[in-house]
Amino acid sequence: MSLPEDYLKYPHRSHGMDHDLYPWSNLFNRPTVHWPGDKSVALWITVALEYFPLTPNDGPFRAPGHMVTPYPDYRTYTTRDYGNRVGVFRIMKVLDTLGIKASAPMSAKIAERYPALLKAVQDRDWEIIAHGVDMNHIHYGGMDETVEAQQIDDTQVMLEKHTGAKPAGWFSPARSESENTLRLLAEHGIDYVCDWVNDDMPYDMDTGAGSITAMPHTMELDDRQLMVTLGQNEETYQEQILAAFDLLRTEGKSHGGRILHLSLTPYVIGQPFRIWALKQVLESIMASNDVWSATPSEILKVWRGE
Amino acid sequence: MKYDPGLYDYWPYQNRPKIVWPGGKKVAFWVAPNIEFYELNPPANPQRKSWPRPYPDITPYSYRDHGNRVGHWRLMDMMDEFGVRGSISLSVAMCQHHPEIIEACAARKWEFFSHGIYNTRYIYGMDRDQEQAILTDSIKTVEAATGQRIRGYLAPALTHTEDTIDLLAENDFWYSCDLFQDDQPQPLKTKSGKKLISMPYSLEVNDHYAFNVYGQSARQYADLLKRQFDTLLEEGAESGTVMCIPLHAYLIGRAHRMGPFREVLDYITGHKDDVWVTTAVEIADFYLNHCYDEALKSIEALQKEAS
Repeated sequence: MSLPEDYLKYPHRSHGMDHDLYPWSNLFNRPTVHWPGDKSVALWITVALEYFPLTPNDGPFRAPGHMVTPYPDYRTYTTRDYGNRVGVFRIMKVLDTLGIKASAPMSAKIAERYPALLKAVQDRDWEIIAHGVDMNHIHYGGMDETVEAQQIDDTQVMLEKHTGAKPAGWFSPARSESENTLRLLAEHGIDYVCDWVNDDMPYDMDTGAGSITAMPHTMELDDRQLMVTLGQNEETYQEQILAAFDLLRTEGKSHGGRILHLSLTPYVIGQPFRIWALKQVLESIMASNDVWSATPSEILKVWRGE
Repeated sequence: MKYDPGLYDYWPYQNRPKIVWPGGKKVAFWVAPNIEFYELNPPANPQRKSWPRPYPDITPYSYRDHGNRVGHWRLMDMMDEFGVRGSISLSVAMCQHHPEIIEACAARKWEFFSHGIYNTRYIYGMDRDQEQAILTDSIKTVEAATGQRIRGYLAPALTHTEDTIDLLAENDFWYSCDLFQDDQPQPLKTKSGKKLISMPYSLEVNDHYAFNVYGQSARQYADLLKRQFDTLLEEGAESGTVMCIPLHAYLIGRAHRMGPFREVLDYITGHKDDVWVTTAVEIADFYLNHCYDEALKSIEALQKEAS
């Protein structure tokens, strides 16, 4: 038995990355950033507003959180719906009390189907981030480029129609991209993308059709990842957020402003038995008086020195 | 295929010749940062898929890339603070991709050992010559980049063949981290008869297992490591033990994990009278020169008794 000769050939074995999407860079050797009010940490909160159709449209994989049982999967559908009807309003209450402005990755179908939810988001001046047509429309390697361009177009048209503006940012459903996604996003005028998890700060990517900025939309402190996928409890969730805040605050003083990103999922953290954990942890962070609560566009403006 | 790996004889954890580490220390403590490069689009291995989703599977790829951009620098700083030199489990292609990291580690006199070329090139299915080519490449690449002759090995993504251990001995490696049967080093059987030892590395206290398999928080992981150390220290009075902390900067180097991990380094290195803070190659060197022969005698005596 042996492997084909190519298996021991390494065509990209040279300085930097094994692709042209971005150069390697050491976080600690970059120009420092100063947030408004000289705060050490920018607090970036995203609240995912996703629509999971009862009819999952299977591509090569199904988006996490999508239907599980044979049709009709009422249990999953309604659990996700709970987030958009109930959970999100609990989150809003917590954030309102603390004066925190969030941003919302939003399936275009949410804007179309739930004007009351959209109004609640817009009344709070949250930044809307394009999050695909719905959770059936994933972008994946090998998909037809014209189909993908159409999906991006449909998302933008639908969101613009209902929200009155084209979102500056994009977050791919299921955090999945094709080999063309970044270029297509740049061609569609997208300014920043939230899919990449390799940094704690923004960095510029080269799409081949202009630059796009990667925002550090992390998975690390994602409520769904920690409490649903890994099965952690609320106290453990809190403890890790506070530990991250401590370290980022220290680095913020020595290396320039840092970003604490918290990804919230209404059907997870918005449960009655969990919401206290969010309230408590955010109270504690805000009490430090060392955070700047900001949206991605506000963060990028400062980061770019505009 | 073999019913038993045949790489070592059964040797119970009792009545072994006593190991006393240099300076009379009870625990040899080493830290193994895995410094890895994962390819976005590696060729397919017939027996193992690199990424779950079709190319480009950007989430797991970028998740790991975080270590080389962010996590490594945090971890290295913290290890400096406690005077801990790493023994790096290295995807040797890192010498080409990110020499900045290699230079920083070499300047600190950290040890390098081979963890394959990339962590997306698996050994499954290779013939002997191909696997030899991986070892030759590893030795030459690290020597060219750092001047160090590597003496240790941990197969990329823990993928092996029946030839792996023999090839390590034939290529003058001293130790393998591939086998998890013990908390002390011990001789391995090799066809060439060349000396090679098994170096305790431990999957159970690997940060990947703690965080992404067992779902632990950084605090739970820190507590686990302290308890691991406490037990190995107690047992080390009877005969020296080895404790390794295998790490990945893309896991331990995250903002929420560094604080609790700092307490672990503080705790372990604080036991100055009992712990030998060292590298894998130094443990191997000491063991081969001071413990190997006696261990072999003890194992052989036990075999004779049994037969």
